[in-house]
Amino acid sequence: MFTLTINGQKQTFDGDPSMPLLWYLRDELGLTGTKFGCGVAACGACTVHIDGEAVRSCRTPVSEVDGKSVTTIEGLDAQGNHPLQKAWRDVNVPQCGYCQAGQIMQAAALLKQKPHPNDADIDEAMYGNICRCGTYQRIRAAIKQAAGA
Amino acid sequence: MTKIVRELSSTHIENVSRRGVLKGLVASGSLVLSLSIVGLRKTFANAPKYGGDGMPHGTVNNPHTFVAIAPDGTISIVCHRSEMGQGVRTGMPLIVADELEADWSKVKVVQAPGDEVKYGNQDTDGSRSTRHGFAPMRQVGAAARMMLEAAAAKRWNVPVAEVAASNSEVIHKPSGRKLGYGELAADASAMTPPVVEQLHLKDPSQFRYIGKEGTHLVDGFDITTGRAKYGQDIRLPGMKYAVVARPPVMGGKVASYDAAEAKKVAGFIQIVELPAPTYPLAFQPSGGLAVVANSTWAAMKARDALKIVWDDGPHASYDSLAYRAAMEETARKPGLSLRNEGDFAGAFASADKKISGEYYIPHLAHATMEPPAATCQIVDGKAEVWTSVQSPQAAHDLVAKYLGLPGEDVTVHVTLLGGGFGRRSKPDFAVEAALVSKGLGGAPVKVVWTREDDLHNGFYHTVSAERLEAGLDKDGKVVAWRHNSVAPTIFSLFSPDPKHEAVLEQGMGLVDVPYDVKNVSVENGEAEAHTKIGWFRSVSNIPHAFAVQSFTAELASSAGKDLRTFIKDLIGPPRIFDVKGRVKDFWDYGENPDIYPVDTARYHAVIDLATEKAGWGRTLPAGHGLGLAVHRSFVTYVATVVEVAIDDKGAITIPRVDCAVDCGPVVNPDRVRSQLEGAVIQGLGIALMTELSFKNGRVQQSNFDDYQVLRIKDAPRETHVHIVPHEYNMPLGGVGEPGVPPVAPALINAVFAATGRRIRALPIGQQVAKA
Repeated sequence: MFTLTINGQKQTFDGDPSMPLLWYLRDELGLTGTKFGCGVAACGACTVHIDGEAVRSCRTPVSEVDGKSVTTIEGLDAQGNHPLQKAWRDVNVPQCGYCQAGQIMQAAALLKQKPHPNDADIDEAMYGNICRCGTYQRIRAAIKQAAGA
Repeated sequence: MTKIVRELSSTHIENVSRRGVLKGLVASGSLVLSLSIVGLRKTFANAPKYGGDGMPHGTVNNPHTFVAIAPDGTISIVCHRSEMGQGVRTGMPLIVADELEADWSKVKVVQAPGDEVKYGNQDTDGSRSTRHGFAPMRQVGAAARMMLEAAAAKRWNVPVAEVAASNSEVIHKPSGRKLGYGELAADASAMTPPVVEQLHLKDPSQFRYIGKEGTHLVDGFDITTGRAKYGQDIRLPGMKYAVVARPPVMGGKVASYDAAEAKKVAGFIQIVELPAPTYPLAFQPSGGLAVVANSTWAAMKARDALKIVWDDGPHASYDSLAYRAAMEETARKPGLSLRNEGDFAGAFASADKKISGEYYIPHLAHATMEPPAATCQIVDGKAEVWTSVQSPQAAHDLVAKYLGLPGEDVTVHVTLLGGGFGRRSKPDFAVEAALVSKGLGGAPVKVVWTREDDLHNGFYHTVSAERLEAGLDKDGKVVAWRHNSVAPTIFSLFSPDPKHEAVLEQGMGLVDVPYDVKNVSVENGEAEAHTKIGWFRSVSNIPHAFAVQSFTAELASSAGKDLRTFIKDLIGPPRIFDVKGRVKDFWDYGENPDIYPVDTARYHAVIDLATEKAGWGRTLPAGHGLGLAVHRSFVTYVATVVEVAIDDKGAITIPRVDCAVDCGPVVNPDRVRSQLEGAVIQGLGIALMTELSFKNGRVQQSNFDDYQVLRIKDAPRETHVHIVPHEYNMPLGGVGEPGVPPVAPALINAVFAATGRRIRALPIGQQVAKA
């Protein structure tokens, strides 16, 4: 039996301890904002925060999250108005949008560490998050806009 | 444009019953009127059909189908095309809303299920949605607006000329009285609809939204908050999860299997055997074994525990290295003649300089960020499917066929698509979900593809070897041009393999190169397909433009001329380049060549714009180079200038890209720019690192660790998109795809400018790296 906090709510899980957090979130809790892109921590679509750090949920077994606090895109801001979410909408970053929850969660972790990142910081932090539509230029712009706000 | 106007004016509107009332929307107070294009079809019954009318089920301009206004003024506008990142759920309703004089903040976008009889063609492919949808969606909005105006005039008992719709209200001009659309909707639904001859389309100077900046995405909030639903995100009560073990080689099948270990996995429910496909394969699923469980994770674990012996079938020796060598051999021999002008052989033999080049591009996988997924349940003999497909009608028809159900008993709901790029034009995964649900007695089940499934079971971009030869005279002018293209064809999916590029593929930058050269031979060598070849964003334009634009730069260099000047000279004077008269059969993206001629002036305009903005000819830092390429595809013209910087280790970075696009008039300029920005990223990935290869009939890559795609670090520091401005008096071009083809050759030409090194095989990979 594992106990973890998801977006401020206590949850318990007594299923397969090897189940990645991603599938626990999506299949068990119905939190489908966290996306499945690769399953091998190579694309970043599944990025969530565990105790404030950006983590790939597809390679994090639920057992490793026991006693920890998880924030998903659904819990980033109650109104959906985190400065990054607002900037993302203002800059019209998304194309298909599938990777963007992971991008925003990764960027949110970056801004916590470096409130005013430069280009190199952004490229370094966001390197693991693939966007096949090619929105990288607007991702950089939105992060800078949010950081300036 | 004159033809389009004439076609529109021959359209008739018919008053119809309420049969088309939008289900699930407010029925009372909905507009009820209908336009049909019956008259048009009668008039031109025997003429070839082009554009939207040439597509299956044509276009529909019935406002009753697309617009519903609730008493509170909420305006529901149907989007019948699939949203895959191109912005169609914003752009198409925007056209209706503009003509309707709708307050955009009151518009709600409703996604249509697959039903082409009702909505017209829904195949979201070929950069066609806005191009084909602009005229009918304007008619939908204008007709609805006029009905609301007529309803208000009747209510006030004033001449209709005294009222005008504006921003979701109708105003009585002399008195200033106003009625909201919500108050008028019920009355409007009873009005006699205008005939198309009487439709008052807006003067474009009065557009509120079309062509304007500042439109935000209708799905922006849902996407940034995790609420947006894709095919992978569907959840139904009692739903099971399935993954499928598919044959690793095209045309293979299960010889035998042992599920003993799989059955021990906690959460395992059942194996469903899927039928092996028959030839031609078309969009059939690959067969194999579906593993059903109570979670995606359990299904994946159980699949890993399956022991399967495969019968690989006839394509088990497919090997990309050997295949490339064979294709290059073919390209050196004479091919099937597609275009033959003057005397290539004679002119080449007597040319002052003879130059040749061979260009290779490997297979590519779409690798959409959302791996394919579909959910199906069958209740009382009626199947419902929820999935992310580009062609919901194709999904509908194939599901109905596989389940043996009449069409009316199958519904395909379209979710958001986590990328498309052509992959989701093939609904194989929707059929899998239907078959698995059937195997479970109709229980709801979601079939989830992993990334490995996606890379191993795709419909891949073709692989290609292109050989070009040219002769230059003493002044460096091209006097002879030969292009032999060799690539397996998409049409190997639909018939016994034709082994030659189809007219559709030939028309994508092979036979339509508008160079001003007298002696031309365009040929196509034979190539047999050993895997499934499918549409990939920009399709055959990618290899053709890469070869032609790379080779053009090689000729410029050989002639000692500036590339920009050389290309412009080679294109020659501004003129309409008649392709039809030069080839047996010309496919121009399904458009009427008289309305969309190959216009060399537009090539010049995009070259001029891109090079001017990029500062062509400027002094560059050491290790930098500028490259240029130009290409027309999907009846749009794009020129791209790439600046590269190459360090002393041979590492490539890209400080800047400039794209000039002439796609005719524009609906949503922000989404035009975003499509071009994305095309640059996709094109650079193809040029720099992306490659899918086969050995023993199997794809060698598995996931994003070995199937390399462009990441943010590799992205240009700046991409600038420059849109050639146009009035709305000419037809629209495509936008989703035309940005891709010039990117790779522009980059390769920039690498040459920086290093003197000519890359002829993609991806560049480590070719310019120094140890």
